[in-house]
Amino acid sequence: MRSLLYLCTALGVIALAAWAYRENHMTQQAMNAQRALEREIVALNEALSIQRAEWAYLNRPDRLRELVDLNFERLKLVPITGTHFGEIGQVAYPMPAARTDVFDTIELSGEIEQLSAYAEEVLP
Amino acid sequence: MIRTPLRPLARVLRARETGENPDLIERENRRLRQEAARDQARGRAETRLLAVALMFMCAFVVLGARMGLLAATEPLELARGLPEDISSARADILDREGRVLATNLSTHALYAETHRMVDPEGAAHALAEIFPDIDAQRMAARFTDPNRRFAWIRTRLSPEQMQAVHDIGEPGLLFAPREMRLYPNGRMAAHVLGGATFGQQGVRAAEVIGVAGTELFFDERLRDPAQIDQPLQLSLDLTVQATVTEVLEGGKQMLNAHGATAVLMDVFTGEVISLVSLPDFDPNNRPAPPTEGEPADSPLFNRAVQGYYELGSVMKAFAVAQGLDEGFVTPDSIIDTRGPLTWGRFRIRDFRNYGPELSVKDVMVKSSNIGTARIMQSIGAERQQEFLRKFGLLDTMPLELAEAARARPLLPDRWSDLSVMTISYGHGMSTSPLALAAGYAALVNGGRKVTPTLLRQDRVQTGPQIISERTSEQKKVMLHQVVQEGTASFARISGYPVGGKTGSADKPNPRGGGYKKDAVLATFASVFPAHEPRYVLVVTLDEPVDTTGPEPRRTAGWTAVPVSAEITRRVAPLLGLRPVSLDVANATLGLAR
Repeated sequence: MRSLLYLCTALGVIALAAWAYRENHMTQQAMNAQRALEREIVALNEALSIQRAEWAYLNRPDRLRELVDLNFERLKLVPITGTHFGEIGQVAYPMPAARTDVFDTIELSGEIEQLSAYAEEVLP
Repeated sequence: MIRTPLRPLARVLRARETGENPDLIERENRRLRQEAARDQARGRAETRLLAVALMFMCAFVVLGARMGLLAATEPLELARGLPEDISSARADILDREGRVLATNLSTHALYAETHRMVDPEGAAHALAEIFPDIDAQRMAARFTDPNRRFAWIRTRLSPEQMQAVHDIGEPGLLFAPREMRLYPNGRMAAHVLGGATFGQQGVRAAEVIGVAGTELFFDERLRDPAQIDQPLQLSLDLTVQATVTEVLEGGKQMLNAHGATAVLMDVFTGEVISLVSLPDFDPNNRPAPPTEGEPADSPLFNRAVQGYYELGSVMKAFAVAQGLDEGFVTPDSIIDTRGPLTWGRFRIRDFRNYGPELSVKDVMVKSSNIGTARIMQSIGAERQQEFLRKFGLLDTMPLELAEAARARPLLPDRWSDLSVMTISYGHGMSTSPLALAAGYAALVNGGRKVTPTLLRQDRVQTGPQIISERTSEQKKVMLHQVVQEGTASFARISGYPVGGKTGSADKPNPRGGGYKKDAVLATFASVFPAHEPRYVLVVTLDEPVDTTGPEPRRTAGWTAVPVSAEITRRVAPLLGLRPVSLDVANATLGLAR
């Protein structure tokens, strides 16, 4: 009886030791992974801040103004003034109802026609 | 241990003699022995229980303490490399829309450990090739100096330069990581941001400390490790700031002014939306403070905040407001404006003769010195001081800039009756454009005091009521009329009715005594939209001249007003204000026509 007890205890100690050994290694691994992650976070944060700084630098008002001047021919951007505000009444009504007098056309062409008609109405 | 015998001979003999049963003695002793054993066992069990309880308690205390510690500690920014006492971290500064005004950029510094160098002379020559301003001879002397083991070479390197230094292949040349303060918008808002420099330097990091402006004012907050990842959000709007700078720069050049400044402020929240002072500088490369010349002419000088000037007629708005608020006059009261007004050997004149009498409204509209002096004459020095103090015009106007606290208004030594009159039209007392903006904000926002701030606010300030709402309404009407009928006619812009008051002050002679000839400080303090003011804009030009006419014109109506009008025209839509017709404004202000 007593020897059985000793045997069980010894086995228990061995099992616990094995468990503790495994646990120790897992912890170290987890800590290594955490350090690697921290390094990665720092590097990414740094990259992010550089990107942000660069974005801010590229979007600085002086540069945007120069770009607008350079591309005036194509974009025709001008500073916003009071005359660029519209009245609600200037907004065009919704599209007229679909035409029913057009035959033998596929549906797509009908919509294109409508859109161009809509565009003519909206654009002065 | 001595065992007590169960049958002690002495007692047994005595018992036998008396005829008692000696077995009883044995039983008695057995009982005592058992009891002692039981007590001992209980005692041991109790101790063990106590030990276990103590152990558990310790474990729980440790766990609890650890949890408390974890909960209480501030999250730490992950450090680059090994931790060191010197922290280079610094929070970003953003504008009100979250656009970056100041941020950090990692870069490298270059240093040499001379005892590790293989070829000091060659390295010095190679460095001189990369950096043209390095003198190869002197650098070689530093490297070969036996008393020296360490030398800083550069505080900042570009990636290209770093690669070039790498290519030298000298093991004694080493790189130290650095955080560099970057202002991506260049000169934009230079006076607000100030600038930063390196403080304590170590091999692994260097402190970045603010030297002026918000960088210095909020230095501790920006370097606080707990708030590093929370950027500081200012009330400035980058787009508006850029537009104001552009227009003001153009105006300054066209009118040949020495300097110019503009302050745009929200009349309810006190947020400074834009603050420009020209000439300006690049905070990335902040110039050294001037060692000669007038410090107020240096680009580092913030004219809007540090510049306390005699601003002239713009101050009439306060004199008239006091007259109205204290019930001395109504807008239609008639004031005697026969000139010149003589006081001792001093004479007060108007720019032009406006006839024998004017209504209070016309005193404002035509900007009559005599008129305001007469109104103030009846009020007196004490009440004038009290009134101006309520607006904060007699003290330093606070703002979150390191420079703001150091500037003070210049007041007369003795507040005589003559001072009362000259101050009523803006001479004899100095005011900064920022303080003027705060004062005008209080005049038109319903009469509540507003303290300007550079931090983004999400609520309206509820300062003390310093003038009545009725006076505030009357001031709005008058300021509107100044633009519609008076000296500021160039401020009429379609869509955005403006109210305001001009001021053209003669500049005092720097060598003391009197005023300079033909040198004017032109100011236009305006509010828009005139019928329900949301913003106040103060534009000041230093010695502007309009030379488009047959003779040079220097008054604010010809200089500061057109510049201010252009700013308003460009900025109002950016601030999200819808254009309204003049009729709407007139109707709201209760004016006919």
